[in-house]
Amino acid sequence: MKNNGIARKLLSAPYIVWAAIFIIVPLGMVFYYGLTDKTGAFTLENIAAIMSAEHAKALWISLGLSLISTVICFFLAYPLAMILANMNVSQHSFIVLIFILPMWMNFLLRTLAWQTLLEKTGVINNVLSFLHLPALNIINTPYAIVLGMVYNFLPFMVLPIYNSLVKIDPNVVNAAKDLGANGIQTFFKITLPLSVPGIISGITMVFIPALTTFVISKLLGGSKILLIGNVIEEEFTQAGNWHLGSGLSIVLMIFIIVNMVVSAIFDKDGEGSFL
Amino acid sequence: MKKISVLAICLAAVFSFMGCDGSPSGENGEVIVYNWGEYLDPETIELFEEETGIKVIYDEFETNEIMYPKVEAGASEYDVICPSDYMIQKMLENDLLAELNFDNLPNAKANIGAQYWEQSKEFDPENKYSVPYCWGTVGILYNKTMVDDAVDSWNILWNEKYKDNILMQDSVRDAFMVGLKLNGYSMNSTNTEELETAKNSLIQQKPFVQAYVVDQVRDKMIGNEAAIGVIYSGEAIYTQRENPDLEYVIPKEGTNVWIDSWVISKNAPNKENGEKFIDFMCRPEIALMNFNFITYSTPNDAARELIEDEDIRNSPIAFPDLSQYDNLETFQYLGEEADRIYNDLWKEVKSE
Amino acid sequence: MIRTVARKIYIILIFIFLYAPIATLMILSFNASRTRAKWGGVTLHWYISLFDNREILQALWNTLFIAFISSFIAVVIGTVACIAINYMGKHKRAIVMGITNIPMLNADIVTGISLMLLFISLGIKLGMGTILLAHITFNIPYVILCVMPRMKQLNPSTFEAALDLGASPAYAFFKVVFPDILPGVLSGFLMAFTMSLDDFIITHFTKGAGVDTLSTKIYTEVKKGIKPEMYALSTIIFVTVLLLLFLINKAPKEKLD
Repeated sequence: MKNNGIARKLLSAPYIVWAAIFIIVPLGMVFYYGLTDKTGAFTLENIAAIMSAEHAKALWISLGLSLISTVICFFLAYPLAMILANMNVSQHSFIVLIFILPMWMNFLLRTLAWQTLLEKTGVINNVLSFLHLPALNIINTPYAIVLGMVYNFLPFMVLPIYNSLVKIDPNVVNAAKDLGANGIQTFFKITLPLSVPGIISGITMVFIPALTTFVISKLLGGSKILLIGNVIEEEFTQAGNWHLGSGLSIVLMIFIIVNMVVSAIFDKDGEGSFL
Repeated sequence: MKKISVLAICLAAVFSFMGCDGSPSGENGEVIVYNWGEYLDPETIELFEEETGIKVIYDEFETNEIMYPKVEAGASEYDVICPSDYMIQKMLENDLLAELNFDNLPNAKANIGAQYWEQSKEFDPENKYSVPYCWGTVGILYNKTMVDDAVDSWNILWNEKYKDNILMQDSVRDAFMVGLKLNGYSMNSTNTEELETAKNSLIQQKPFVQAYVVDQVRDKMIGNEAAIGVIYSGEAIYTQRENPDLEYVIPKEGTNVWIDSWVISKNAPNKENGEKFIDFMCRPEIALMNFNFITYSTPNDAARELIEDEDIRNSPIAFPDLSQYDNLETFQYLGEEADRIYNDLWKEVKSE
Repeated sequence: MIRTVARKIYIILIFIFLYAPIATLMILSFNASRTRAKWGGVTLHWYISLFDNREILQALWNTLFIAFISSFIAVVIGTVACIAINYMGKHKRAIVMGITNIPMLNADIVTGISLMLLFISLGIKLGMGTILLAHITFNIPYVILCVMPRMKQLNPSTFEAALDLGASPAYAFFKVVFPDILPGVLSGFLMAFTMSLDDFIITHFTKGAGVDTLSTKIYTEVKKGIKPEMYALSTIIFVTVLLLLFLINKAPKEKLD
């Protein structure tokens, strides 16, 4: 197999070229704008801007809300993935599609639909008052933001966990049971550890988009809470200050890269096991 | 699994086939128009194409700020664009606009009212670059069944009684316009003290605000979700039609008179066709069609004469007598430094 | 018994959560009033006017075309890249995987504007082609993330064995490797398709005048209020896909899977 070296290089060539043009260039632009001021001189001001009271607060709130959403997604998704994994195997593709299908409806329409559901005079409150139950007042609060995040990113948690659970060899589980482990022990000693790659992928896929989102806090949070995603978006679209927007993006990237490094430490294989 | 993949590939093949329709240009060339979303009756485009043989390539944007980088970069070589007042000034300052040849615009000269040309001078000092297309005011929309105080001033938005029932605009300049006007300052102020005062007012208001929204004021007010909201006059007529309890007021402290105007970009490949398009849109019957479609006030006096419904023709919402009000202003582009100050202060408000 | 009931209830609750907004959309498509805030009675008007609206239908074709083609190309490039990455050394692989993840982290508006500037500086006319290039770019990472884990589970000796038995590398790949990674490839396709359908900002900056997708249409409508035709269209798309799904699922099973 002497030609393999060249063949492999050829295989990787299209993607490497593609990545060089379409990934590195945009990234280079972010770094260029993030590290210069409007005269084009080098500065770290845009990076240091994260220390200002408003930005730091926005970052903390964003981190908090995304963390909460990720945890909720995890606790909703894990039991669901376990139930699904124990179902008929031939329905695999059907299950995957059923979970991804709501995501095919436009994101803006879906989020506006939540507004219609949650508003003071919305659908849920009409139903509640019809049943003489107390009203649900979560629209324009952080609770609604978390709900929006959980809703939009839950499938990204379910699918990787489901995939990693399906991959577990049933013989391993049976062996544990034969050796006298009870259900709880089997779960904590066998199932859970073996599904860690899926969990890590899921956490990454939920946490990153939750951290950078701005539409959800605008539509469901009444824009009353400033998230770091909103700050960056407004620097680009309202203030026209691309330098500050890019600088804050770089800071956010650092946070996310830390998240990925942590994932990589847990996930010895390196790439996670998303789907 | 296999079936799905076969299906996917078949569909892909079908769509790739359908996607490849070339768009032939008209016999007399084309004109590329960049306008706000839903801001023109599509039928008027068909009429224009039929009459002139010029093909219209129509493109839409959702905010001035998202339009600007595309035009600045020269992305698509647009001919006709419809930005707002302050954005026109910014584009002028950055040399992105072409001077119009008013010999090609007889309808614009004849039909657009004198007061609108006058108002335009705030951003286009010599009336050489822009033709007004839509205009309006910003005011307070309130629900008569939910508000029992007299509404004639911005300070109703600071009334604790309406806590959690107030909708504020979620954009820097609009929010600060309210804050500045409340305190009797110019909405184009760059005075640090004045801006600081306005910021403190907005912070003070924040606990009473139900939500900061842009386009959602309309739906939320129609649905009785809030009692008071800051809204553009063009939406007011529509919301009243849907919910008769709503009333629109221009506050006595003055407000923003905004104008969206047609301009032609500097690198327009079809400048003459662009002027034909603008002039066509200034014809009374065409301007009337557009007015009926979008319900935003038209600066076209001849078109206004043609409005059949007297209530609308003389509506104080659509066509307020501007001389009745003091301190009406139009947004100006204040420069990058001022934009930055505004934005920093706005962040402080939002972060509270 | 109690456990199965509990499981069923749990699944049903999650489904209600996921599908409640979709149901809301579908109900709104029959609302005679233009605004989502008011119920004006039942009508089929929006479905009729939808089919009269050439622009929306054109945007639908554009959307599906871009989503299918960009996901398809992304799957091809991504899968080939996975094979190559799989053979790389540890460090090189880490670098390539790191680069792969970047488009997912970048703010959309940054990616959009920088791709636009890139196309302009290369002298490429903005249009359908540039949207495709942009979509392929942000789709590839999802494909790689989906295919890579499957690739790693693969036993490399089966491929070598096929070669030893005289198969050509291409034949060996399609007969031995491809069936094993197929679930990952399909998941990658679906993820890429989903991302492409929803993208707005990147499409906005990389599209030429007059080329619209459903997303760009919906976002531009926000200023004057979302047209109920969009709800009608969403309902049709949803019902169509659901029907297709059930048909495929009910069809006799193949031994694959």
